[in-house]
Amino acid sequence: MESFLNRYRNLTVLLVVVAAQLLLLAWQVKTTQDVRLLRVWSVSTVTPVTSALEFIRRNTFGVVGDYFALLGVREENRRLHQELGNLKMQNHFLNAELSTADRVRALSAFQAQSPSKTIAARIIGNGTASNSAEVFVDRGTSAGVEKGMAVVTPDGIVGKVVEAYPMASLVLLATDPSFAAGVVSQKNRVHGELRGAGHGNCKITEVQNEQKVDVGEWFYTSGYDRIFPRGFPVGQAAVVRNGNDGKEIFVSPSGFQGGLDEVLIVIEGVHQLIPEQSVPSTDIHMMPAPPPDQPAADGPAADMTQGGGTDADRLKSAYKRIGDAQGHVYGEGAVPNFNVKVAGNPPPPAPAKPAEPAPSEPADADGGEVHLDQPDYAAQEQNGATTAPAKAKQQQPKAKSTKPAQTTGGVQRETQ
Amino acid sequence: MSEFGERLLADTRKRKTPGDYVRSFAFVLVPFLAILFQVYVPRFFGFLGYLELPLLVTIYFALTRRQPIAGVFFGAFVGISQQLIGMYGIVKTLVGYFAASVSMRFDVENPVLIGILSFFFYFFHQFFYWVLDRALLGHMTVFDPQQTFVYGLLNAAVALPLFHLLDKLRARA
Repeated sequence: MESFLNRYRNLTVLLVVVAAQLLLLAWQVKTTQDVRLLRVWSVSTVTPVTSALEFIRRNTFGVVGDYFALLGVREENRRLHQELGNLKMQNHFLNAELSTADRVRALSAFQAQSPSKTIAARIIGNGTASNSAEVFVDRGTSAGVEKGMAVVTPDGIVGKVVEAYPMASLVLLATDPSFAAGVVSQKNRVHGELRGAGHGNCKITEVQNEQKVDVGEWFYTSGYDRIFPRGFPVGQAAVVRNGNDGKEIFVSPSGFQGGLDEVLIVIEGVHQLIPEQSVPSTDIHMMPAPPPDQPAADGPAADMTQGGGTDADRLKSAYKRIGDAQGHVYGEGAVPNFNVKVAGNPPPPAPAKPAEPAPSEPADADGGEVHLDQPDYAAQEQNGATTAPAKAKQQQPKAKSTKPAQTTGGVQRETQ
Repeated sequence: MSEFGERLLADTRKRKTPGDYVRSFAFVLVPFLAILFQVYVPRFFGFLGYLELPLLVTIYFALTRRQPIAGVFFGAFVGISQQLIGMYGIVKTLVGYFAASVSMRFDVENPVLIGILSFFFYFFHQFFYWVLDRALLGHMTVFDPQQTFVYGLLNAAVALPLFHLLDKLRARA
């Protein structure tokens, strides 16, 4: 046996050592306990050296590395500053583009909703006269612009075209002292004349001290100047006081809110109604107005409210039926009795307030040849006193807004 | 036996002089540095992670001592120091034994033979570790022969200058 072990001593030692390690491994696996032995010495020896090496590295190579890293910091700082400046400029540019896009979208929405035919124009420069509020727009006679046309924004009136050139037009702003336009207040229906007061303000003249105008009351174009269609918002009365020659009313023009970059030139104006004053805002939910009672198809209301044409057309057809009932031929014989009730005609209108006389001359200060709108508000003043407001109310689903005309679109937007 | 083989055996017998020995401190210091390298350097130079310096040191000392029993204990010492669970200890014990056994027959001073032995023992080490890992511990590790082959070549390439450097620690009695 001894000779056998001596002969295979190396192999025996190997087997013993391997077997011992296997047993050690098995014991570790079974008990999940570490046999520290050499491992403790090894780890205890290696880790302090590792820590020392790491300390040395951090304080030598690390410092040197930081030094070389800092060499480029100044250049990088300069580059980053430049990059930041470029990004700021780009941000401003994009903000301006976004703002322009919003304004263009608002103009497009207003164009789509407004019954008046308008074209969009961009302000390209100020007028040459330093003491007047004038701007040039990039639309001229080639685009259908004529002298005397109204210039508006969705927020309100801006001015009027005083000169039309082939590729541009000169617009007199509403804040210019020579500007004038007919206006009417929303609540008390007080008529007056809007004039520029300079410094971005306007004033309303020709209002008697006895007439009632509240501070904050909205003014709309009356249409009597034959430049601005009736119903465009003008602004809110900021100051109201009695004066020697009548009330002094100062108005902040609403059309200038948000700056002037893009405007609308009214090519074909359509008069609209002055919106009714809205119910003060409440926090409660309000149901939309109930639908109107359906009149008979051939009833008088149907004749007045249905069918095509304007109110004047419908009025004409009503008079024609009266004349036909009496065998009257227009242009011949005596005047028929228009008080006769005829089936199919509406009842005679209630005693309407007298129509205010149209101004004999347009409220144009320069008195030159101007473009004249043909207003049809006279018929509205007579017949629409009962029908048109009713229609406006019927179309009004909610009444929660406090400022009917402050939103873009004036009447049209308020009634939708 | 071929002429090359005769020369290897002759050189081996010629170099088996008792005057050459490795200084005793080297038996502790060199494995310690090898483990330290294994722990610290790949942290900053990840591409050096393929190096198995403790194995190369085990091979070197086993070849140098030319005593299988010494190789067994040295391999066990390095392996257990390197890993808590005794897998490396078992594998390096076998490597130490076989390397020392081989050194008794061949001229381990020959660079070509050093390269071949280093490659072979690296491959053996990795393969046997994989076998034991699966068989004893049940770990479903993957053995990639191609990668092991390439790493074996790289370790063999490193073994040549490393062994030359460690030769400087040898002293003549």
